[in-house]
Amino acid sequence: MDAFYIIATASLFAISCSILGAFLILRKMAMVGDAISHAVLPGIVIAFLFTGSRDSITMIIGAGILGVFTTFLIEFFHRRARLQADAAIGVTFTWLFALGVIMVSLFAGQIDIDQDCVLYGEIAYVPLDLWISESGINFGPRALYVASGILIINLIFLFIGYKQLYITTFDPQYAATIGVGVTLWNYLLMGSVSMTTVAAFESVGAILIVALMVVPSACAYLLTQRLEQMILLGVLISIFISVVGYYLAAMIDGSIAGGIVTVSGCLFLMILLTQVLKKRGAKTTVSSPENLG
Amino acid sequence: MKVEATNPAVEFHDLTVSYDKKPVLWNIDMTLPQGALIGIVGPNGAGKSTLIKAAMGLLPLGSGYVRLFNQSLDEVRHRVSYVPQRESVDWDFPTSVLDVVLMGRYGKLGLFRRPSNTDKEIAMNCLKKVGMEAFTKRQISQLSGGQQQRVFLARALAQEADIYFMDEPFAGVDAATESALLGILQGLAKEGKTVVVVHHDLQSAAEFFDWIVLLNLRLVACGPIKDVFTNKLLQDTYGGKLTVLAEVGELVKNREIPSREKY
Amino acid sequence: MELFFEFFSFQDASIISVVIGSILLTSSSAVVGTFTFLKKKALLGDAVAHAVLPGICLAFILSGTKNPLILIIGAFITGWLSLITIDFIGSRTKLKEDTAIALVLSVFFGVGILMLTSIQHSGNAAQTGLDSFLFGNAAALIGTDLIVFAFVSLVLFGVVSLLFKEMKILAFDPSFAQVIGLPVKTLELVLTSITVLAVVTGIQAVGVVLMAAMLITPAAAARFWTQNVLHMTLIAGVLGAFSGLAGAFVSYSAPTMPTGPWIVMVISIIALISFFLAPKRGILSRNLQQRSLRHLIMDENLLKELYHIGEKDNTPFKERSIAAIMRERFFPEGQLKSGLIRLKRKGFLVNKDGRWKFTQLGYEKGQRMVKLHRLWELYLSEYLKIAPDHVHEDAETIEHVITPELEARLEKMLAFPETDPHEKKIPY
Repeated sequence: MDAFYIIATASLFAISCSILGAFLILRKMAMVGDAISHAVLPGIVIAFLFTGSRDSITMIIGAGILGVFTTFLIEFFHRRARLQADAAIGVTFTWLFALGVIMVSLFAGQIDIDQDCVLYGEIAYVPLDLWISESGINFGPRALYVASGILIINLIFLFIGYKQLYITTFDPQYAATIGVGVTLWNYLLMGSVSMTTVAAFESVGAILIVALMVVPSACAYLLTQRLEQMILLGVLISIFISVVGYYLAAMIDGSIAGGIVTVSGCLFLMILLTQVLKKRGAKTTVSSPENLG
Repeated sequence: MKVEATNPAVEFHDLTVSYDKKPVLWNIDMTLPQGALIGIVGPNGAGKSTLIKAAMGLLPLGSGYVRLFNQSLDEVRHRVSYVPQRESVDWDFPTSVLDVVLMGRYGKLGLFRRPSNTDKEIAMNCLKKVGMEAFTKRQISQLSGGQQQRVFLARALAQEADIYFMDEPFAGVDAATESALLGILQGLAKEGKTVVVVHHDLQSAAEFFDWIVLLNLRLVACGPIKDVFTNKLLQDTYGGKLTVLAEVGELVKNREIPSREKY
Repeated sequence: MELFFEFFSFQDASIISVVIGSILLTSSSAVVGTFTFLKKKALLGDAVAHAVLPGICLAFILSGTKNPLILIIGAFITGWLSLITIDFIGSRTKLKEDTAIALVLSVFFGVGILMLTSIQHSGNAAQTGLDSFLFGNAAALIGTDLIVFAFVSLVLFGVVSLLFKEMKILAFDPSFAQVIGLPVKTLELVLTSITVLAVVTGIQAVGVVLMAAMLITPAAAARFWTQNVLHMTLIAGVLGAFSGLAGAFVSYSAPTMPTGPWIVMVISIIALISFFLAPKRGILSRNLQQRSLRHLIMDENLLKELYHIGEKDNTPFKERSIAAIMRERFFPEGQLKSGLIRLKRKGFLVNKDGRWKFTQLGYEKGQRMVKLHRLWELYLSEYLKIAPDHVHEDAETIEHVITPELEARLEKMLAFPETDPHEKKIPY
């Protein structure tokens, strides 16, 4: 049962991440996603200190705001201080992440996260943190509910905003001319990325969240030709890597999040190599008549 | 040389546009007629694309205003269509030809509604008009340059607009596509639509358009082709007499002077 | 405070070794990072930094020891591998570079974490200290570790100073470098290698997670203080060294604290200060420049309007009331008054009982502004064929930017004209 809880939680988070990741990839904003996932750390710690609990809504909202603030800060350094774009991203997130880690070590006694958790989460402990009602009924692991809630929010966001996200991603200039708020949808997407990051943070850690956002959708992108298919396949891949990754980690007694990412990396490598080989194969068939002639 | 249109579809009034603080269009003041195929012509860096982007509200205006059918852009947005340069989008995007054309209907759909069957029919019709009906399910990365341009035109047609602004639609397309596109644009003009095209090639400009705007950082001339397409005016447009203007532009940029005084 | 003096008296041999180590590591990566920054490859450095983790772990698993040389070799190999993979993904698939970087970064790191946790759980006693590579631990810079890491840093300094000229051209304009016959491919290879090497050495003090900051942030901060690449490299090196010293101090005073975040915090604060306060390029300084520009425009406009008033009644040196100036052209009153006071201080105007009057200097300046305004109007209408009723607004702006050289050219082009398009006399 513990294995099921862990895999289910991991899958639900991975699905949320891959949906958002599809848009990040297509908008060429994967590294902005990476930056946000690091930069929310101080927000998480502050929320922890104020509310004293880990699963409060305030924490998700507060850190979500910090994520949007990060996007804003990157823009600010880029436009007002005229710092080149890549350096603006690099300076912003390393600084905020450093701040977060310092806070984690300074307030080690008062908050329930440590440096390891920051890096690769504690999904193995999911079954231990149960939601038990006052009358003593056991509803199962708390994280499972958080993961489901976040997924539902993301699905609603996707359902309402699919058309707008699609058009502002494909052709932002055109979108602006027909009156779609390009900046608004950008910030909404970044807000969702931050919110999801914060929720999944404890389970998988900052850096591996990036993998969940980028790898399944990158695999799906290479294999499909339509955005709907890409998102759907990304979801399936997310479930697959969660299951296989769990057992890999169990086998060599390592971090489960690390296992999931390793599996996703192997999957990507396989897809990458088949694609490249297929392309090379296609080229030789085309060029063979010339060789004969 | 400036001819005012008698029934203007577009009016530019003292338009100044800066790009990264550097003024790239100075004092554009002109009117464009309804029901005409209008070419915007000028050398590289003359501000041709900037002009139509400014008209579509994609760039902030330093001064002046643009009015379409004597109304502001926001009031007539649904009657205006814009075709960006082909290179401005990522053609590896996972989407089909039909989906791109359906985007032309989004402006009329609003937030929640999905495209209806009528919308799909309209999109199919537009694809037929540009000769791409056989490619509806095709992934867009598998299209040639000319086909990509046809798809963009179909998307614009699906908007059923009254004014079309097109950024270099003839750039890098094959001869067949060129004549097909031209036929469609001429048809639109005949129906009374206004088609404004940024165009690079001076040779073909004379054959394509009814009305010409000669642009080089400022308006050199605009009017019916027979009045405007003269050697003297073309020389004024392409000749290098504007070094002072370019230099002043640099000075404004380097010193970050606001492009207009407030009072 | 006591700790502070104890540390900075450098009496303890281990303190000296930690300080020297940290400074060498952070400043060498800052120096190399200058070129990654200039080549706009900052985020690649981030990918390399994360990608060395599996290399370290693998080297440990295979060798079973924590020998720094073996770990460096392992880290170097996977660091290089990550760059090759990013390049491969970017050139062979439709995935764009940013996705390739994010993907390689997170996957390599994920594999590293899996190995690291597996090593930790296997209870291998020698592993203690391996996880100090995550967030850095400058206090470990003693003995052989120090010698190896310090040696690599010195190699980095050596390569950069020997190839400085070439690297500079390569970062600025690679096609020019190719044209003048530099071995661009080899140089790129060298630059990539020293970047990987810089990351590999820096992680002992800073850790893999935040190592990217040591490549990016000192260079970004240095960029705000100078336009010269050599100065920029030196400043970045010094800032890097300073943050390394701070890191060593933290490591000494609070041994359980990870050093990396503190080092990054120090360098980030320096960078933030630079962004805001650096002369010329800083945000504050640019705002001040904007303000003095607004003042200059205001002053020039006031002199011009005073000239206009004098032109009308032919008595340029008569005293004028504020109301009279306002009648000529509206200005917000506060700005008008402070402008007049500024002009008085500069010796362009004199004030008598609340009324204002030109000095000779002010009169000449006002005359020049009117001349420039009218020359530009004439240029617009003669050369750009803009109708006379549309030229005024533009001239209002341009009169403030025309340099004496442009002024002379305009005069010549227009053949010292008598009047502007509105038939107003152009004063000389």
